[in-house]
Amino acid sequence: MSTAKITGIAALDGGQRLAVKYFAVAIVLFGAQILFGLLAGFQYLSPDFLYGVVDFSVNRMVHINAMIVWMLFGFIGSIYWLIEDESGTEVVGLWLGNLAFWLFTIAVVIVVVVYLVIQTGPGQIESIWFINEGREYIEAPRWADVGIVVCLLIFFYNVAATFMKGRWSGIAGVLVLDLVAVAGMYLTGMFYSPNLSMDQFWWWWVIHLWVEATWEVLVGCIMAWGLIKTLGARRQIVTTWLYIEVALMLGSGILGLGHHYFWIGTPEYWLTVGGFFSALEPVPLVAMVVHAVYDSGVHRFKSPNHPALAWLIAHAFGNFFGAGVWGFMHTLPQVNIYTHGTQWSASHGHFAFFGAYATMNIAVFYIAAQRWRGNVNFGGGLVDNGWKWKWALGLLNGGVVGMTMALLVSGYDQVFIERALEGATWSGFFKAQQNVWYLQGMWWRQIFGYMTLAGFFLLVWDLMTIGVRETRPAVFPTEVAEHAA
Amino acid sequence: MSNVPWWASESFWRKTAIWVTAGMTLVLIALTFDTVKVITAGHSRVPAYEVINKRIYYRMNTKRKFQEPVIGEDAPLFGKMLSPEEAEAMVSHGKMTVQAKNCGSCHTLLGNGAYYAPDLTKAWLDPAWAGESVRETLMVQFLLDPTTNARGFGSTRRMPNLHLTEEEARAVVAFLKWTSAIDTTGFPRNFTPVAQEGDL
Repeated sequence: MSTAKITGIAALDGGQRLAVKYFAVAIVLFGAQILFGLLAGFQYLSPDFLYGVVDFSVNRMVHINAMIVWMLFGFIGSIYWLIEDESGTEVVGLWLGNLAFWLFTIAVVIVVVVYLVIQTGPGQIESIWFINEGREYIEAPRWADVGIVVCLLIFFYNVAATFMKGRWSGIAGVLVLDLVAVAGMYLTGMFYSPNLSMDQFWWWWVIHLWVEATWEVLVGCIMAWGLIKTLGARRQIVTTWLYIEVALMLGSGILGLGHHYFWIGTPEYWLTVGGFFSALEPVPLVAMVVHAVYDSGVHRFKSPNHPALAWLIAHAFGNFFGAGVWGFMHTLPQVNIYTHGTQWSASHGHFAFFGAYATMNIAVFYIAAQRWRGNVNFGGGLVDNGWKWKWALGLLNGGVVGMTMALLVSGYDQVFIERALEGATWSGFFKAQQNVWYLQGMWWRQIFGYMTLAGFFLLVWDLMTIGVRETRPAVFPTEVAEHAA
Repeated sequence: MSNVPWWASESFWRKTAIWVTAGMTLVLIALTFDTVKVITAGHSRVPAYEVINKRIYYRMNTKRKFQEPVIGEDAPLFGKMLSPEEAEAMVSHGKMTVQAKNCGSCHTLLGNGAYYAPDLTKAWLDPAWAGESVRETLMVQFLLDPTTNARGFGSTRRMPNLHLTEEEARAVVAFLKWTSAIDTTGFPRNFTPVAQEGDL
């Protein structure tokens, strides 16, 4: 019945127009994450590279901060993308959302420029307020912390008020409660203490309760909506699964926090509490795999958006293996006492962040790209056979899995030499760092890093071109909908 | 809809999710009250700041079956006994410097941070500093000019010069001395400390 397809910004609702801005910045930061990761990785192989100019500490800080922020931009964008569809009404404070976007983006640019140009300051509180806070993952100076909280509160207001004005659903309820926790947890990282144990105790409330609890629930919501959109999965089943995942995720993840309290001066009961509950943390991730595979199988993998579905399935498996299996491998205190603070952690970190979160963001990028191109077919029989998205999928996943394996080899070597043989001294540390097997692992990590970079370029190229020459309209699965009243 | 068993129903799992989350949160809050009390400086597991006036040994506790810090006799840092307030100010200045110089993006502290440079938790006790009598002097010299005084043990990896003042360097040493006295439940396993006078 339609004649000309509507494409570009005109094809989007208000929330989606804001979402694509978040996605654009997220992709730039994804590129920055990879670039600075490669620079830091190369410094392991050639320590004099950029020594005294852009030292490892700076590259690594930009690498992990770009990662955290592009995840956040991707999540916020994803929620803005789905909110009008899910609530059945327009975003209530779109101008506020736009204001928060620009504030957040400008703040990120200023923080990165300060990281790169000023780098460090004198040992005074002013450095922590205006240069960097010097705490892993949340190095952003305190003024930026305040800005992040303001932006998150605006985001929370927009989400909650929009659902209150429109209609609620199971996904909406979980999402709104989860966002309270996302904003609240960040506050626990915004104070200074001379007491390192106290500092790290609360620091983990941000890092763990974001990454291993609230973020997981957030992507669970996006996954639920994504399965309805890409497969036409039945809402009641998806929502029930979401509740199961929340129960398992927070049932294990909240006290799983204890696996960070083994060695920081905290009481010994955390060995039992943390060990037990963190050992249960993979269980919800198994449930998510079962859920995704079950829904895909029931619908015979029929989807008008193959790249999005492929990335959703990559998310399910990446989350399970990266966060679940790789986390479990060294979560018990009997193992962790040797592996804590070695390349084992780096191996787990790369696989988990990519598998659990990057994959989900990329899936939503493809859902967005399809609408941007006028809802054309992204399923089988793409004009170029979809070689770009398939290769991007392969290179990115292969690259990250390769880095994970390489870092694990180095991690094993480090643990045996530094911890088991050499008594965890400084000389033991350097003996391990110079061991041939450790260095081989680092070389392979670098090579797989280049593979990841190639996958990133292909992904960007594909997102800019996929469906441009496609004329067949997408046939969307009809959801067996029973929206909560 | 009516033939869905109760255990598979949406409402059952919604309630379960709410109760489980609430229950776990309450347990966490209760444990947090206890833990925060225990890790306050001067309590059983985290030393008071004036511990920098004392000698810190690292010894095997046969009952606990791992090593632990043992506070010994007077051994003032840089030859000066400090009041509790002065000690706290010095340790705090050191911690602030560690943060402002972004040390955790190369090193780990209590095992958390980056893995490019050695863990600093037991740096005060590390045999890298030759012996107790010269340790604090060598540490300050190293921090003021890490390029010249590189301690890479054969590696070409060097710490960059972060332009610390002498006061900052001394404060960092105070912070690391205090850190070495935290009871880390045996982490890192089998740590081999510097030879300590009067050691058993």
